[in-house]
Amino acid sequence: MSLALIQDVASYVPFAAIGAGLAAIGAGIGIGRIGGSAMDAIARQPEMQGKIQSSAIVLIAFVEAVALFAVVVSLIAK
Amino acid sequence: MKTIHFTSIKNLIIGVFFILVATTSTFAASSDSEEEEFDVTNMIMHHIKDAHDFHIMDWNGHAVSIPLPVILWTENGLVTFMSSEFHHDDIGSVVVERNGQKFVKFHEEIYYASEGPNADGSYVTMNADAHPQNAHPMNFSITKLVFSMFLSILLLLWIFGLSARRYDADGVPKGIAKFTEPLIVFIRDEVAIPNIGEKNYRKFMPFLLTLFFFIWINNVMGLVPFFPFSANLSGNIAFTGVLAIITFVITTVNGNKDYWKHIFWMPGVPVPMKLFLAPIEFIGIFIKPISLMIRLFANITAGHIIVLSLISLIFIAKTAWISPASVFFAVFISLIEVLVVAIQAYIFTMLSALYIGSAMEEHEH
Repeated sequence: MSLALIQDVASYVPFAAIGAGLAAIGAGIGIGRIGGSAMDAIARQPEMQGKIQSSAIVLIAFVEAVALFAVVVSLIAK
Repeated sequence: MKTIHFTSIKNLIIGVFFILVATTSTFAASSDSEEEEFDVTNMIMHHIKDAHDFHIMDWNGHAVSIPLPVILWTENGLVTFMSSEFHHDDIGSVVVERNGQKFVKFHEEIYYASEGPNADGSYVTMNADAHPQNAHPMNFSITKLVFSMFLSILLLLWIFGLSARRYDADGVPKGIAKFTEPLIVFIRDEVAIPNIGEKNYRKFMPFLLTLFFFIWINNVMGLVPFFPFSANLSGNIAFTGVLAIITFVITTVNGNKDYWKHIFWMPGVPVPMKLFLAPIEFIGIFIKPISLMIRLFANITAGHIIVLSLISLIFIAKTAWISPASVFFAVFISLIEVLVVAIQAYIFTMLSALYIGSAMEEHEH
């Protein structure tokens, strides 16, 4: 009975889309923190700008990849 | 300076005008024939998957595509024919007969045809989940992705063959070698040496360079939206999986005594913790290549999906007036993708170097 209820709810609520949205929130927080910290670091040591920028971009790519893992799972689970 | 400025603005205006005219006229043409619901998900999924022919465009409702060879290893031996013999059919209604065997194509998979057609005129037998039950021959076809891969290999051979011949007697690069040399030096100095170490890095340079340039050129080719390119090769999980398996094999084969010791009997931690860590570390060996595989696959596939979704906004909103916004965002995302594809190629290479380096590291304790 409970399984039927869950299936019924799942047919109305777009859980896959909600999952993708939650992943986007997480990635947004992560990328924001990386960007903010990189900005702070550049403000303190402007001469290190190049190095900080390149490592920040690589870190952002890592965070983004985690969000994309979630998107792939959402695509499959749809 | 001033004239350049004016010409670029003029070009921009002409470009926007042509985009508007083009989209409006296509729209007029399509609304004349029949009002057919445009299935965005289907179009996008069709694009990111592999195919037996290279679809270029639709012209007056007819698909224009380049046929590619179908190579099958069947029960009666080798069978080859061109994919055009299926006449763009993808629901198994056109039967191709060779060597006394009948083949149908259903959702880009080739099956042995059933005895007779089902209710939809399709020669495949479905089970309850709408999956075909027919047996299928071993498929070694030159599909769209395989074609794209061959093209990228030819391009790489051409670019690097050319740049190898562009050095003068003093070893100074000229022409295209001026472009490739800094990238090779970058992979050596920023990826290989810091991660693998001065002592061992040389052995892995060919692998790392191949990895970087092969992934990069395929990513970039996927971004180019017209015929010989545009295939979603590096967004195919089999492709990224094979690259990850190669990294896995190289890491495992080159693992030294310390590497295996740190996996199965971590030094410096209490025995109960060692028993707890061993399975985690062991699973980690396999998780690393799997994460490499998923990262590249997901990033590139997501890039293709986003660009196509933005273009599809025109067809979802059913008006040409949204096309400036849609095209603007598509170009914007494409420019970000140019950055992303380079970063993904770099990250795949860097992590491969990191894994190989960690397997060869020598500890002092």
